[in-house]
Amino acid sequence: MTSLTALCTLLAVSALLIILFYIAWQGIDSISIRFLTDTPRPVGEGGGIGNAILGSLVLLLVSSAIGLPLGICVGVYLAEVGTGRFAGAVRFIVDTLTGIPSIVTGVFVYTILVIPMRHFSALAGGVALALIMIPIVARTTEEMLKLVPHSLREGALALGAPQWRVTLGVVLPAAAPGIATGAMLAIARVSGETAPLLFTAFGSRFFSTSLNEPIASLTVQIYNYAISPYDEWHAQAWAATLVLMTLVLGINIIVRFLTRKRF
Amino acid sequence: MSAVTDNQYSSWRRMLSPTGNTGDAVYRVVMLLVALLMVAIVIAMVWALATESMQSIRQFGFSFLRGHTWDPIRGEFGALPFVYGTVASSLIALLISVPFSLGIAIFLVEQAPHYLARPIGFLVELLAAIPSVVYGLWGIFVLAPFLREYVQPPLARVLGWTPLFRGQITGFGLLTGGIILAIMVTPIISAVVRDVLSAVPSSQREAALALGATKWEMIRVVLVNGAPGIAGAVILGLGRALGETMAVTMLIGNRPEISASLFDPSYTIASAIANEFTEATGDLYLSALVELGLILFLVTFIVNGIARLLVWNVTRKTGGVGRAA
Repeated sequence: MTSLTALCTLLAVSALLIILFYIAWQGIDSISIRFLTDTPRPVGEGGGIGNAILGSLVLLLVSSAIGLPLGICVGVYLAEVGTGRFAGAVRFIVDTLTGIPSIVTGVFVYTILVIPMRHFSALAGGVALALIMIPIVARTTEEMLKLVPHSLREGALALGAPQWRVTLGVVLPAAAPGIATGAMLAIARVSGETAPLLFTAFGSRFFSTSLNEPIASLTVQIYNYAISPYDEWHAQAWAATLVLMTLVLGINIIVRFLTRKRF
Repeated sequence: MSAVTDNQYSSWRRMLSPTGNTGDAVYRVVMLLVALLMVAIVIAMVWALATESMQSIRQFGFSFLRGHTWDPIRGEFGALPFVYGTVASSLIALLISVPFSLGIAIFLVEQAPHYLARPIGFLVELLAAIPSVVYGLWGIFVLAPFLREYVQPPLARVLGWTPLFRGQITGFGLLTGGIILAIMVTPIISAVVRDVLSAVPSSQREAALALGATKWEMIRVVLVNGAPGIAGAVILGLGRALGETMAVTMLIGNRPEISASLFDPSYTIASAIANEFTEATGDLYLSALVELGLILFLVTFIVNGIARLLVWNVTRKTGGVGRAA
């Protein structure tokens, strides 16, 4: 029986390794400086994913600017301020929000931003990603704040510090590394999101940093190329995937390395 | 006059902050507003999706869920094929991934030596870090051809007499969608089951062993103890599978038909939204798609809520950490 459970584990690990090696093997050939900096071109003319990389970065910046502060505040509320039933309800809602399908978030943002603005935009894409970030950041922040010993808070309060200064000056700095890793994981998670961007950020074939216009992203580009009938675009999809996976796995492994001692 | 306002002000201030510090009052109000924002987001989601789908709800009512035909050209929208595809693909995924996840969790918590359990646990969790669209890409070029060549033909030969394994073998369809979902939810279910098993007090294990139980009988005791939490983990996986979009969209074949065969193409709610949303011409079409989104939202909200309550009960009661995302 032990061998059976070991086999389950082995299969899961080999699935991971097969997928990762296949991506590396298929993707490495098409990677070049030109590919990483060029815009997409028609079939047969090469082209690259430069604008998609830039677009993904813009989307991550917008979503982090909105999602990280809000998420951390919600986490502080849950760990430091909220008590009783209302806090329990908020915690339940935050937990349940993490399970809402990202495509539904996309539809929601479409109805509140894209319809009133009458066009797709980087802003809408960033807001959609931020909505996915908030509950993840909130929960990790709460967990990290709970690890801060009570004696620290009591010591600061005993010295006469008001609660807000205890939170800002003592508790948050003590938990900062943990909160930072939580934030990084949230960024890694949303950088792989495709569904909520399909009809918010939409996609673009040009370099753009304007929040008011549609913007390209690595994931949507991968999707469009993957379902196209052209071999050349398939190869580019694999190469773009290699870039995306380097980012996502890189963050995950760095976080793991940083938190090694604590778990 | 000013004394009265001063008094009112200070009573307000005391209510907001027991310490009577103005900074604390501001701090508490800001935090409370942020918490209210979370509640407001959920309410806004329901409200926005409901308003936007009102046209479709008015026109079709409950027959939206019973209708078989999805014909945008004639303006006829029935969601049953999508509901079927969503539920069927998720069930296939659970059928495959639950035994695997249990095996992985038992191995990592009860059997593997400590120095092995941590790195391997991390590798399994990394499966959850791979983006959905990457699973889809890999599925199109690796999994689907593999199933078409090596798995589906023998299945059709041996089990072709059942209605489940018939029809044209393309590599794309309900079965392929279910298998990719299984790979995607396995790390999620196994991570939560790991937390649940770790939360079972070791006194239970010691008691079983002291009574002369073998290692496997002891593990059964642990599983029974963690049963509600394990059920929660499975339901959590179900919630994830129901809403998973990109990988399924790329592999399930995207045809709104209900067919008994697992080889045939199918369609899920999430895939329909992903594929047709930007192409929806006409208000009614868009409204019907938003209604699909509303249904998916409500179903996953309820499913996740149930799962959370089950998992919380186990990990809280025994004082576990419950760090599962």
